[in-house]
Amino acid sequence: MDGAWRWLREHAVQIVGVLVVLYMLIPIAVIFGFSFNDPAGRYNFTWVGFTTEHWSNAFGIPELNEALVTSLKLAVLATVISTVIGTLMALALVRYEFFGRRAANFLIVIPMATPEVVMGSALLSFFLLIGSFSLGFQTLLIAHVMFCISFVVVVVRSRLIGFDRNLEEAAKDLGASPFETFRLVTLPLIMPGIFGAAMLAFALSIDDFVISNFNSGTTVTFPLYIFGAAQRGIPVEVNVIAMILFFFTCAAMGFATWQQRRAEKLTSVRPEQEAGAGVPAGAAVAT
Amino acid sequence: MRRRVAPYFLLGPGAAWLLLFFVIPLYYLGRLSLNSGVFGSYEFSWHWENYGDALQLYDTQFVRSFVYAGLATLFALLLAYPLAYTIAFKAGRWRNVLLFAVVAPFFTTYLIRTLAWETILSDQSPVVNVLDAVGLAPEGHVLATGGAVIAGLTYNFLPFMVLPIYASLERIDVRLIEAGKDLYASAAQTFFRVTLPLSAPGVVAGTLLTFIPASGDYVNAQFLGSASNQMIGNVIQSLYLKQSDYPAAAALSFVLMAAILILVLVYIRFAGSESLMGEEAV
Repeated sequence: MDGAWRWLREHAVQIVGVLVVLYMLIPIAVIFGFSFNDPAGRYNFTWVGFTTEHWSNAFGIPELNEALVTSLKLAVLATVISTVIGTLMALALVRYEFFGRRAANFLIVIPMATPEVVMGSALLSFFLLIGSFSLGFQTLLIAHVMFCISFVVVVVRSRLIGFDRNLEEAAKDLGASPFETFRLVTLPLIMPGIFGAAMLAFALSIDDFVISNFNSGTTVTFPLYIFGAAQRGIPVEVNVIAMILFFFTCAAMGFATWQQRRAEKLTSVRPEQEAGAGVPAGAAVAT
Repeated sequence: MRRRVAPYFLLGPGAAWLLLFFVIPLYYLGRLSLNSGVFGSYEFSWHWENYGDALQLYDTQFVRSFVYAGLATLFALLLAYPLAYTIAFKAGRWRNVLLFAVVAPFFTTYLIRTLAWETILSDQSPVVNVLDAVGLAPEGHVLATGGAVIAGLTYNFLPFMVLPIYASLERIDVRLIEAGKDLYASAAQTFFRVTLPLSAPGVVAGTLLTFIPASGDYVNAQFLGSASNQMIGNVIQSLYLKQSDYPAAAALSFVLMAAILILVLVYIRFAGSESLMGEEAV
């Protein structure tokens, strides 16, 4: 009994931590569970009976499929655009001293400090008063890129800050051109950051409801479809598709981690890399 | 010469995008908030009365938004810190699994997660029965109360709290913590005088990343609350998209933005700006 008590006290933090993780995962379990529900009426809120019917019929609702395709297209485009221009911005901010740097930093922080409802309504006001944009896919893309940029910059920048500049100096000493240095040294080293930023942008875009709700016109994305359906009862297929998206993203994450580990293993074989491995943490503190 | 132009080239596309589609729209938001007239014939006329009218009509929703968001941020912090600490220092080889669990909710759509809470908190659910048994659910129901909205907000923005705290904890040089112990500090002293201050940037970033979206949110109030739990986001969205009362909605949006900016600036003054401004402080 005494031993059990001591164990509990020593592991209190971990126990709370694990409980919080469970709390985070409960809704996912509920979504998964209710994707096998066989609701009596239109509302999928109480458990009635088990069926796999909705899984075999996952893509049986045309409007839902259309919304899903729109969301995927939008997320891919927004991710590519925001990751490219966000990475460039991060490079400028970390690598150069220039006039207007503080203003640029401010410009990047402010969208993250603005509630979505304000961004959504401001963009809608802009589109309404300008009048030359018709609300739809193009306005959604503009909006999604806009709110993704800041997050991309922040993620890539954090990777660049912990970066050991000596590695680039070494490349230059060994005769690499600036472009070669960037492509062969800088880019591979910040790639995990860029990839993380892209994943984040994709997640933000495919999940966005509030800003999209203001600027979609008659275009329907996956979240907008759900919001519309919520009033009249959400079909179980929504749960099924949510879970399919979930598993796909998990697989992508797993694949990315595996790739990254493999890459790290490959580089760690080189002795010079090993010698430099301890440096970045210290260098980051020193600068 | 090249070094002087290069940063502007790199910065150009992103800065242009943000100026054109973030800063300029705010100007139009302000302009629209000073319009008068009825739908279809709104006209710009420096109509400042919109602000007074909107605030007078919706002051309860404003206050409620900040109270709900503040409580949700507090609960999120209390939940997130032990989790972030576990992941950073205690997880060992489970670290990646736990980190994955933290971001996993992001992989299911925000609206569906919130709807899942509608299921979990519905009147007949086992969770509500348990809460009822311990006296936390008056009259055996949770849904359509402020508590449900706050719980939803806490849940939905929790990863935004966990990740920055984890990032700053993970960066701590463990030798500093060991030094604390070597100098005979108790576990609690080491935590409060070494670990916690060193993780402060993460806590500041986390609270901001939770509080700001929570105070403008309207999905949780819509799905988990009732008419008496409406937040300012609900009002803005309904004025814009249902009643087409653009000037009033724009005025409310503008006030919300200003209020949050002021709160954030005050908060940063007290808490330090390391986490937001990035490398300047590193």
